Amino acid sequence: MSVQTWTFILVGLSFAIYIGIAIWSRAGSTKEFYVAGGGVHPVANGMATAADWMSAASFISMAGLISFMGYDGAVYLMGWTGGYVLLALLLAPYLRKFGKFTVPDFIGERYYSQTARIVAVICALFVSFTYIAGQMRGVGIVFSRFLEVPINLGVLIGMAIVFVYAVLGGMKGITYTQVAQYCVLIFAFLVPAIFISLQMTGNPIPQLGFGSTLSDGTYLLDKLDGLNQELGFSLYTEGSKPMIDVFCITAALMAGTAGLPHVIVRFFTVPRVKDARSSAGWALLFIALLYTTAPAVAAFARTNMIQSVAGVNYDKLPPWVKNWSDTGLIKMEDKNGDGAVQYVADKEANEFTPDRDIMVLANPEIANLPNWVIALVAAGGLAAALSTAAGLLLVISSAISHDLLKNAINPNISERGELLAARIAAGVAVVLAGLLGIYPPGFVAQVVAFAFGLAASSFFPAIILGVFDKRTNMQGAISGMIAGIVFTGGYIIYFKFINPAASVPANWLFGISPEGIGTIGMVINMLFTVVISRMTPEPPERIQHLVEDIRIPRGAGNAQAH
Amino acid sequence: MSKTNAQAYWKENLRYLLILLLIWFAVSYGAGILFADALNSVRIGGFKLGFWFAQQGSIYVFVVLIFVYVWLMNKLDEKYDVHEQ
Repeated sequence: MSVQTWTFILVGLSFAIYIGIAIWSRAGSTKEFYVAGGGVHPVANGMATAADWMSAASFISMAGLISFMGYDGAVYLMGWTGGYVLLALLLAPYLRKFGKFTVPDFIGERYYSQTARIVAVICALFVSFTYIAGQMRGVGIVFSRFLEVPINLGVLIGMAIVFVYAVLGGMKGITYTQVAQYCVLIFAFLVPAIFISLQMTGNPIPQLGFGSTLSDGTYLLDKLDGLNQELGFSLYTEGSKPMIDVFCITAALMAGTAGLPHVIVRFFTVPRVKDARSSAGWALLFIALLYTTAPAVAAFARTNMIQSVAGVNYDKLPPWVKNWSDTGLIKMEDKNGDGAVQYVADKEANEFTPDRDIMVLANPEIANLPNWVIALVAAGGLAAALSTAAGLLLVISSAISHDLLKNAINPNISERGELLAARIAAGVAVVLAGLLGIYPPGFVAQVVAFAFGLAASSFFPAIILGVFDKRTNMQGAISGMIAGIVFTGGYIIYFKFINPAASVPANWLFGISPEGIGTIGMVINMLFTVVISRMTPEPPERIQHLVEDIRIPRGAGNAQAH
Repeated sequence: MSKTNAQAYWKENLRYLLILLLIWFAVSYGAGILFADALNSVRIGGFKLGFWFAQQGSIYVFVVLIFVYVWLMNKLDEKYDVHEQ
């Protein structure tokens, strides 16, 4: 059967499963809509969190990024996993004990301030919309590449599917479809990786094959270091970013991960504090399966690619090169006219420019795997994009119906009214997200740094200090959040939008790139919060009791009643 | 529960957090970044050690750390009788 037939079958089947689950688990109350009724098993929640967290970028782009960055790619690997340790130890159990529905709920209540709540709502909306635009685009791209429909039609199909299960099912529907989506995406990622590891190193476990020898007896990584050096790239295992930048990007991504509202809210869905802790462990275990495989895939793919193109005559290139250059994802030009591909670090002389995404998308073809494996990768990419999009939609709809409508504008709204508002908000958000996917603003890639930097420099310190420092008060937290956002936002806007030409290491503060500046923003936030809190009156007694209460697990079930 | 009991529970919790976060920092920022170059002179199979910590080892340790934390806290909750029914 052809790749396209297989793709129709596998993608169609997986979509049917998602819709089926959505109908079976639709939400009947606001509690089910926002937090799935609070009764999700910790392992299921861990899987759902993993699918929620791993986006189209993790699935499609990350391994490719690493294969071009080598050692430096570790900023993503450590940054996007280490945050779960912070989440499990410093945030999840306490937020679960606190027991409300959203992150702005916590900020508004802990800092007894409507202003703090509104600042948090704006940050949550901004971060979520930034993120979701990329997901819908990812859906469109996978559709257009594997099913040969126009990108926009792909986005529309994706919108329709997400609409059904996010609007109908709320958090409850999303949670159980995400469990299914995790299974699809991890299977789709591991199968080609195992095949390729076996082919290249004889070891079926990619994490071990990564450190094994190739058929010629040299270690894979030594071979890759040698190839990189020959072509003028820096050594694969050493990287080229300055250490301080690697340090700061990793820290910003970790704190940003722990501060992302769509991740935090997942820990409101389990029954007990105990479950919130273990659920974070399960989530990281499920994420680690992909995150420890990705660097192996990166190294396999790079070795394969260099060996099959560097110095090869243009008319003798393998068929996958032609297939992908037709889609525009590989660009080739025989600059020196010698008839052979010259792939080198020097941009002037280089003749071969692959898009990073093909490292995952074309991997099965490069390794000559059967057609069903190629189709599986399409289904996996869609699962990754749809699951993240749905989680983000929920944050957007609850920020509007719960945080703005119920808590800020009309506290007397009925349960049914709020549920209807949540559904309408989710519906409007789907349409907006789809439009962002069809007419992508040119700066989607740039604003991702923004989303993490903002989460790291606003939510993360406000929540941590809210739990661990009883003395932190409204004045401290609000000024801290504003200082963190203004500094981080200003730095990123300056270097990404106002003066991108100046964005070189020599001009950066301490050599820290805009991707890593959230770390400094976070430190500034904490300094402001701690110092100003101590210069202003301590928080009211009931708030101090609240903090004492969330530190003790017992009684979480009661706290959740709204 | 009494106030002193709650404070003792919180103090022990903070001690666990400090130790676990030190390990968290040591494997990622320490072994994977600050001392990666030095560790790269040690090899395990095909991996240079600093590179391995940065792209593999730190992630394994993260997973283990969370489950150790869960285990420690479940015991601590029982000890101070603050566990959930």
